[in-house]
Amino acid sequence: MTSRRQPGVPILRLGDVLVTGLLNELDDRAAIAFTEELTERISAEGARGVLIDISRLEVIDSFVARTLMELTTVARLLGARVIVAGMRPPVAITLVELGIELVGVETALNPEQGLAALGWRQAPQPLEGARRGTAR
Amino acid sequence: MALPGESILASRGAKRPARSEGRRPPAPASYPVRTEEDLLTVRHAVRAATIEAGFGLVDQTRVVTAASELARNAYVHGGGGTVTVEYPRDPRGRRGLRLAVKDEGPGIADLDAALTDGFTTGSGLGHGLGGARRLMDEFSVRTGPGEGTVVVVTRWTVR
Amino acid sequence: MEQALLDTDIGEAELREEADALIEALVPGLQSEIPVDRVVTSSPGLHEAVVGLSMRRARAGATPTATSLAVLALKEALLKAVQRDTRDAEELFSSAVFMNRLLDVAGALSFETYVEGREEIIRRQSQQLMEQSTPVVRLWRQVLAVPLIGTLDTARTQVVMENLLQAIQDHEALVAIVDITGVPTVDTAVAQHLMQTVNAVRLMGADCVISGVRPSIAQTIAQLGIDLSTILTRATLADALAAAIKLIDGPGPDGEEGDGR
Repeated sequence: MTSRRQPGVPILRLGDVLVTGLLNELDDRAAIAFTEELTERISAEGARGVLIDISRLEVIDSFVARTLMELTTVARLLGARVIVAGMRPPVAITLVELGIELVGVETALNPEQGLAALGWRQAPQPLEGARRGTAR
Repeated sequence: MALPGESILASRGAKRPARSEGRRPPAPASYPVRTEEDLLTVRHAVRAATIEAGFGLVDQTRVVTAASELARNAYVHGGGGTVTVEYPRDPRGRRGLRLAVKDEGPGIADLDAALTDGFTTGSGLGHGLGGARRLMDEFSVRTGPGEGTVVVVTRWTVR
Repeated sequence: MEQALLDTDIGEAELREEADALIEALVPGLQSEIPVDRVVTSSPGLHEAVVGLSMRRARAGATPTATSLAVLALKEALLKAVQRDTRDAEELFSSAVFMNRLLDVAGALSFETYVEGREEIIRRQSQQLMEQSTPVVRLWRQVLAVPLIGTLDTARTQVVMENLLQAIQDHEALVAIVDITGVPTVDTAVAQHLMQTVNAVRLMGADCVISGVRPSIAQTIAQLGIDLSTILTRATLADALAAAIKLIDGPGPDGEEGDGR
């Protein structure tokens, strides 16, 4: 089942958070396969959070929107919190005009902020001394 | 009596015949919607057409999304159909893009209901039509039970 | 020609040049096989000369009368020229009729172009006005604001959303304040447009605060039964800014720190 998915963004694991993304070339079958694979991984790995980077998506129609909403609901039932990050401005405007508000889906400006919301921190700046050390 | 040559040159520079805005619009093109892959092809073709017609990024996204909704309707509810892309001009010379989405399916029995928003139900029909209507400037449907459905939508470049 | 001169600040040299261009284009136009009624509209040089002249006047702010007269005044000049050539009454008459037909079409074309030119200017100006009247300002690190002035219709909402969302992306803003102090009334349509804007901001992953809700507007919203309960609102822009800074600095669910970066 997973093999049918288009070669795209793999699902990475960072602690108890799964990180993945969607590409623009998303047909219906790929969207469904994506949902199935992600659901299996959440369940198998006991993930508490899922970050989906959608900054590559140039179009979100009602089908993709529904996929995201269903995925969020399923993940929540499995105990994971989903954050969708990086929606492009034209996509947000079009969704709102379509009348789709992605009810229940949490959003973040970019993957970094999404990860922060899921409990991940940016690494602190290295110390002066350490930086000097690596420079030499 | 003689004015500085500059002003004449300036006025010459401003001389620009109206309605000469370049090339002839491309010929209309049709794309079949028979398989799921065709939906992607339609999206690509419509994206290219919006760029050709001179739309900005947000309008491109509106038109491609509307095309996606209508093509999916034709595929899911109409058992397949065609999407025709045209490049109209209105009397004021504005450029636009017109999509005619046609299927030979069972037609829409209750058009008003189909146009009513039902986002939360998640049913494809109605959502696609109503959404496409909001995303475009002009919208018309010709349908009836057993007659198939033709949806024609247009968006113009300048609001 | 004098009349046209009075109404505009187009110089005489320019007028002369325009007249020369017209006459220059007239000769090949008349020598062609095109019937007289269509010479002006179908002969490219002549068409361009008349359209160019009219467009320039429309842009310069000349009156429509002056613009048409600039073309029609040629009648008199041409008639005088014919009079110098011949005294034969019949020939004069047929020339006059011919010239009338020719130049009436030119006058009509001139007028049409003039109107078109003015409309183009109006369209462009209203677009500019719309963009200028919705500036997005940065109030604080990661806090943006749009002061809305005037009513909020569909076209305006689209411009506001486009500018605001782009600015959110550019500045990585976390809160956007929409200030409606300058919006005279809020009816259901305006409220719906506000909701759309708020929803679009949220889809981007930022928060939205509406400020400048006057008591009278709050009453109207309540009376109309518009549900804005999911939206954070504040009476003044200052209050909204305070709320926005709290949203950023506060130990919110995302634990974002104000001085984090």
